[in-house]
Amino acid sequence: MNRTWNNRAWFMVLPVLVLVAFSAVIPLMTVVNYSVQDTFGNNQFFWAGTEWYEDVLSSDRFWNSMARNLAFSAIILAIEVPLGIFVALNMPKKGWGVPVCLVLMALPLLIPWNVVGTIWQVFGRVDIGLLGYVANALGFDYNYVSDPFDAWVTVIVMDVWHWTSLVVLLCYAGLVSIPDAYYQAARIDGASRLAIFRFIQLPKMNRVLLIAVLLRFMDSFMIYTEPFVVTGGGPGNTTTFLSIDLVKLAIGEFNLGEAAAMSIIYFLIILLMSWVFYTVMTNVDSEK
Amino acid sequence: MAQIELDHIRHAYGPAPKSDADFALKEVHHTFRDGGAYALLGPSGCGKTTLLNIISGLLHASEGRLLFDGQDVSRLSTQERNIAQVFQFPVVYDTMTVYDNLAFPLRNRGIAEPDVDRKVREILEMIDLGDWAKRKARGLTADQKQKISLGRGLVRSDVNAILFDEPLTVIDPHMKWVLRSQLKQLHRRFGHTMVYVTHDQTEALTFADDVVVMYEGEVVQIGTPDELFARPRHTFVGYFIGSPGMNVLPVSVEGARAKFGDAWIDLPDRPRGPMGGAIELGIRPEFVQLGRHDGMPAEIVKVEDIGRHKIVRAKLQDHAISAILREDEEVPSEPRVRFAPEAINIYAGSWRVDYETEGEGVSA
Repeated sequence: MNRTWNNRAWFMVLPVLVLVAFSAVIPLMTVVNYSVQDTFGNNQFFWAGTEWYEDVLSSDRFWNSMARNLAFSAIILAIEVPLGIFVALNMPKKGWGVPVCLVLMALPLLIPWNVVGTIWQVFGRVDIGLLGYVANALGFDYNYVSDPFDAWVTVIVMDVWHWTSLVVLLCYAGLVSIPDAYYQAARIDGASRLAIFRFIQLPKMNRVLLIAVLLRFMDSFMIYTEPFVVTGGGPGNTTTFLSIDLVKLAIGEFNLGEAAAMSIIYFLIILLMSWVFYTVMTNVDSEK
Repeated sequence: MAQIELDHIRHAYGPAPKSDADFALKEVHHTFRDGGAYALLGPSGCGKTTLLNIISGLLHASEGRLLFDGQDVSRLSTQERNIAQVFQFPVVYDTMTVYDNLAFPLRNRGIAEPDVDRKVREILEMIDLGDWAKRKARGLTADQKQKISLGRGLVRSDVNAILFDEPLTVIDPHMKWVLRSQLKQLHRRFGHTMVYVTHDQTEALTFADDVVVMYEGEVVQIGTPDELFARPRHTFVGYFIGSPGMNVLPVSVEGARAKFGDAWIDLPDRPRGPMGGAIELGIRPEFVQLGRHDGMPAEIVKVEDIGRHKIVRAKLQDHAISAILREDEEVPSEPRVRFAPEAINIYAGSWRVDYETEGEGVSA
């Protein structure tokens, strides 16, 4: 076989390589660079090998943040996915209700993250916030600043308010793509409402649900802005998730080496988790 | 199994229909005999699926009543009507096995598992998917999926009727023939009332005892394949059934003769007057004779040899006309055209006019 070798073709992919280098490779390598060295200021660096990694992996602080973050992700997934499916199932499929619902659903998604945080921060305040003030007036001892449980509830409800719409919209897209004939056939076959959900709607939503779970997991595992604005990680460290902890470490304590090592570990965990999720869910999908 | 009576059924999809044109289905008044095999035949958009969905209860008719064995079921749901229906495109439950797909309608009705098993195995055998029983339905080909859809329609033995909505569209031709004869066989064996929607005349004519021809939301003729062929009640039936369709020529009628251009054509009898609308003469290509001596001079345009017979396309006084000749018949070089008188139908405003000697209802 005759092949034409033309090395000039490499120039065609050069722009992409340059872009990826600047957007991903170089920043990542900078972090790798910090993670294996130590500095005492003055721009002097000393080789530290895997010391920072060992430090991070053996610190209780890291594992506590990790546990909090996993718990947070698990809780919001357990709420947002079923709730999203439920809302999507009950949204109108035709008529004027469709655009109204879609716009209403899209609204929370359009609000910048720190604004969402600010809204809830104010909303929950005991002195002037509608939620905080009314809850206390009704006799509930609610104060997200001092009570860890209340802080968790606030952060979770805020996330549910902010992101359930995403699950709803994805599920809705899956639902409207089901041809009418399926519902007609189910009526002919005498299927119950539950059977229609179990055997028609859920299988058809399978793929979008996979995307929804992946997106929500990754986003919630990396969550920073909203809890930072509302609770700042407190009271104490009770709402300090991984990214908040990371920022504290890097910018608050200026511990660059440890923060860099933590970043790399964090990145690898997200990569691994996403891969596990994806593999598990696609396997379920194609099970014979 | 039931007799299905359509009592002055009309249907409009939009709200508040005013004129006749608003109705997707114009008035239908007809009874499907218990145990009959019927075909609803017509082009796309003629209202046949609408009619079918009204029978199954997926749609509720805007007007009129639907009776099963004399009982009014117009307001009942699909489940309560106990109807099986097979759709044009395959509907399978992806996550279930082939076996569970077929068992689904039975299990939903709380039938005991041994009965379910017996019934499902029987159907699996019939649709030839026995080896696939344990497989998920997801990975099957389109015609295997459609066989499952068909199977789900046939698995319940107590249904009032089985409705088919162009079920063989996605199936390849060889399999079509096999499945159609299996349906026919099944009909003989169990005697279900079957209504089969199609736009394919061969399918309709081979499947059904009675064919209901629909055109623009209206039933134009109900009859046996022979009646549709010999006495089309509407010129549309003439065109739509037969290959090629009936020749239709503008004429004027005087007594038992028709005048076509400057030629006179003998009719079997005097059409029953009075006749309104444009008068036309219909003659099937099978009854157009080409000879050397008698009849009207014609000009041959094209001869299509399709094996068992030849289709001659000719021009007769500027009107296109087709004739069918046996394969051994010669095509004369200066042909003259004759119509077999007994095969001539006269139409006024597109509807057939009876001859005086015909009793009422012969053409119905």
